[in-house]
Amino acid sequence: MKVVLKELTKIFPSRDKKDRTEVVAVDNFDMEIPDGKLVGLLGPSGCGKSTALNLICGLEKPTRGRIFFGDEEVTDLPPEERGVGMVFQNYALFPHMTVEQNITFPLGNLKGDKKLSKEEMKAKAYEAAKLVQIENLMARKPKEMSGGQQQRVAIARALVKRPKILLLDEPLSNLDARLRLQTREEIRRIQRETGITTIFVTHDQEEAMSISDMIVVMKAGCIQQVGKPQEVYDSPVNLFVAKFLGTPAINVFKGRIISGGLYIGDAKVLDIPDEAIMGTKDRETVETDGREVYVGIRPEGFILDDNGPLTCRLDRVEVMGRDISVVSFHDAATAADTVCVRSIISAENQVDTDKDTVSFSLKPDKTHIFDMESEELLYYTKE
Amino acid sequence: MYNAVHGLQTRSVTVRKMKKTQSIKKSITYILLTLWGIIVLFPFYWMLLTSIKSYASYNGEYVPKFYATSPTLENYVNAFTSVPLGRYFLNTIIFTLVTTALMMIVIILSAYAFARIDFKGRSALFAFFLALMMIPNELVIITNFVTITELNMRNTFLGLILPSVTSVFYIYLLKENFEMIPEELYKAAKVDGTSDIKYLIKVMIPISQPTIVTIIILKVIECWNSYVWPRLITDDENYFLVSNGIQSIRENGFGRENIPAMMAAVVAISVPLVILFLIFHKKIMAGVSRGGTKG
Amino acid sequence: MGWLYMLPALLFLGVFMVYPLIDVLIYSVEENYNFASQVYSGYGLFNYSYVLHDTYFVQALKNTFIIVMITVPVSTGLALLISLGLSSISKLKSLYQTLYFLPYVTNTLAVGLVFMVLFKKTAYSDGLINLLIKAFGGNAVDFIDGPYWAKIMVMCIYTVWVVIPFKILILTSALASVNQDYYKVARVDGTSSLRIFCRITLPMISSTIFYLIITGFIGAFKAYSDEVALFGTDLNSAGMNTIVGYVYDMLYGNSGGYPSYASAAALILFAIVFTITIINLLISRKMVTQ
Repeated sequence: MKVVLKELTKIFPSRDKKDRTEVVAVDNFDMEIPDGKLVGLLGPSGCGKSTALNLICGLEKPTRGRIFFGDEEVTDLPPEERGVGMVFQNYALFPHMTVEQNITFPLGNLKGDKKLSKEEMKAKAYEAAKLVQIENLMARKPKEMSGGQQQRVAIARALVKRPKILLLDEPLSNLDARLRLQTREEIRRIQRETGITTIFVTHDQEEAMSISDMIVVMKAGCIQQVGKPQEVYDSPVNLFVAKFLGTPAINVFKGRIISGGLYIGDAKVLDIPDEAIMGTKDRETVETDGREVYVGIRPEGFILDDNGPLTCRLDRVEVMGRDISVVSFHDAATAADTVCVRSIISAENQVDTDKDTVSFSLKPDKTHIFDMESEELLYYTKE
Repeated sequence: MYNAVHGLQTRSVTVRKMKKTQSIKKSITYILLTLWGIIVLFPFYWMLLTSIKSYASYNGEYVPKFYATSPTLENYVNAFTSVPLGRYFLNTIIFTLVTTALMMIVIILSAYAFARIDFKGRSALFAFFLALMMIPNELVIITNFVTITELNMRNTFLGLILPSVTSVFYIYLLKENFEMIPEELYKAAKVDGTSDIKYLIKVMIPISQPTIVTIIILKVIECWNSYVWPRLITDDENYFLVSNGIQSIRENGFGRENIPAMMAAVVAISVPLVILFLIFHKKIMAGVSRGGTKG
Repeated sequence: MGWLYMLPALLFLGVFMVYPLIDVLIYSVEENYNFASQVYSGYGLFNYSYVLHDTYFVQALKNTFIIVMITVPVSTGLALLISLGLSSISKLKSLYQTLYFLPYVTNTLAVGLVFMVLFKKTAYSDGLINLLIKAFGGNAVDFIDGPYWAKIMVMCIYTVWVVIPFKILILTSALASVNQDYYKVARVDGTSSLRIFCRITLPMISSTIFYLIITGFIGAFKAYSDEVALFGTDLNSAGMNTIVGYVYDMLYGNSGGYPSYASAAALILFAIVFTITIINLLISRKMVTQ
């Protein structure tokens, strides 16, 4: 079942009596989530991603806009008529019920000719439990289980009614690091096996990128970019997206474009090919010569090159095994946390740590140029 | 296609129906809650109303009116002159203030000892205190009555006050609160050479002020409303508290039929607590829900 | 050093709590104790037998049990309904909450008089409640000096009015502390409100409900001053005495001067309350989930 959001907006009235400004949690969402995909809603905390999930679920009513599941509009339907399954951040397992009772709970709500016998319920519960591999824990109470197991029970409960859409709110945030890796594979597997369109919310970009078919990056209630994880990583539409994705984070410099060349400080670090067009998001050509820009360079975009144009003051080299991380300083680097330049290069390279400086040349496809005012991407090559 | 459209229409009809039943449900909830509010408030309204009706007009109304035709304050004058209501007030204020003050000293000292001072037998003593919490007042009041009588303290303030200056429950409450203050503060103060008692006054009490205020308010309410013990221990009108006063007014003050004057007295003794409640209702409700029970 | 701080508390508790506790046991077995001369004829269980055969005590026992059996379930149930209503609204919620708590702080003796005025039938007026009853086609009854059932009724109504604020307060905060996600889960699954109440809300607050039932039982068994407020101090002649009232009457007043009988009655009351509390605890251990 595909999910279509049209101009979806949610405005919360102010809770503070002195400050009457409203909070726009979700701002004019236009988006289509294709059938059978695993989609990650990604953004920093407070960006409205959980609200967006609640709107899709039906727990919140949108202020404006419409929601479609397939061709059917569900905007005014209560959650139970939408055919969604939801897994909450803290799992919300009923502490006084066993795993089996928890999983069969949604089935007990069915009425009329949909009503199931005890045996049918049990069979369905076992089917769902098997899918998440907890069929041997059915008699336990939630508090007798580990976090990962509780998570599986919550998923089983959400799946037992065979929802058209599965929604997961921060599904991994309550798990420790090792379990998190394991569980995200698990979610991927379950989604593949069931083929249910699944939307999950997370603030962890690595988590979203690793398992999603598609990610939606949000900031302050607005969608920034939608796309396959690799695409979004490789061509971020603005500085926010570029900074938000990738660890270590992208290095940002202040730069300038002067007659076909990109300058950081006094050094011309890249040629801008003649056929490249500088444009805004709407592909309007802009005057670029002499323009102040931000230059974002991915850590893996640096090539160790003694004759390279970008020379930084060497601080230290961190060994990471396969790679080494060269930490250096450059005056044009921006933002408090990125005054140092972090570049990841293959461990086969040798860095002379006795020297005071280190020089790089840059990989053009790992270097992104953003307008200083709008922070939008400014670089499109002619096709 | 037709079916899809039709399905959508019936759905939107059910949605509208659901919205309607929800708003009906909500209205009914508000109506019932307001009804209960009236039940709660009505006695207060009635005592106020009756207290400003004149004796003649009250007795003249076979069907009581819900408003006063010629409001008068004469009942209040009556309440304070023909029975010693002022005396009862004064007694209650003295009783309340002294009992509360003494109790605070006693419970702060012992809560402090339980929370901070390491002495032999502390945990055994605390367990014993907890056991005492389960003893109902009715069981010990008999001997206390005999004790106070034998000490010739009937009809004295001492006799009224002494049995109620300790509360195991409040010691427990305060001890829990004191224990939440980090031990490091105590150690730091010790390093600086602060004495225990100075630390208690300068650090512990100010930090625990919210709990202490809550306990004071609850104790004041308890004192203001206490009836059984004062009734046993006083038969001299000069030592009556307001509860006993109101009871004796009921039995033989004003003549039994002067309901408006009686209501004026009832209003007079209710007002201080209602004012206290209006000011401190958040603290009172928080304090009570933390485990206080009445009496 | 620590004992020094404990001294005042120990002194007061020793004199007014521990010693009386032992003393009450002794009193209760001292036969034919004379309060004036402080002599007794020997030890035995006569005091208990006297109390149990005293018609006033039997009446008090009956009244107390009726109060307990009616007011505890009614007040707890009503408080639960009101709290559920309160937790379902957002506007005016704190106003209602504060309002509902008001009776807790008022002097029950004083407000009892208002109830008496409302329910009493006098020569010149039937009283407001009776007028209401008449308006609905009933017959006026004197609830204060009239038939037994009418007096019991007004007593129960007043008791419920007095005890319910505490229960509403505790239940509303228990309801508020249930994680909202449970309700969201149930809503996503389309659970009916009745099922949500029975399967989620009730189990989640079951320990609070049992706490209220247990303290409610204990409190109701100690009923006394509410009855004094409605029917005056001479409860025996009104036929409205309670066990606690009986204890005090034995101690003091017109029929007083018998601390031995009072002690025996108080210990019987304690035994009853203790037994019922234990039974309650056993039931709650079985029923309370988690």
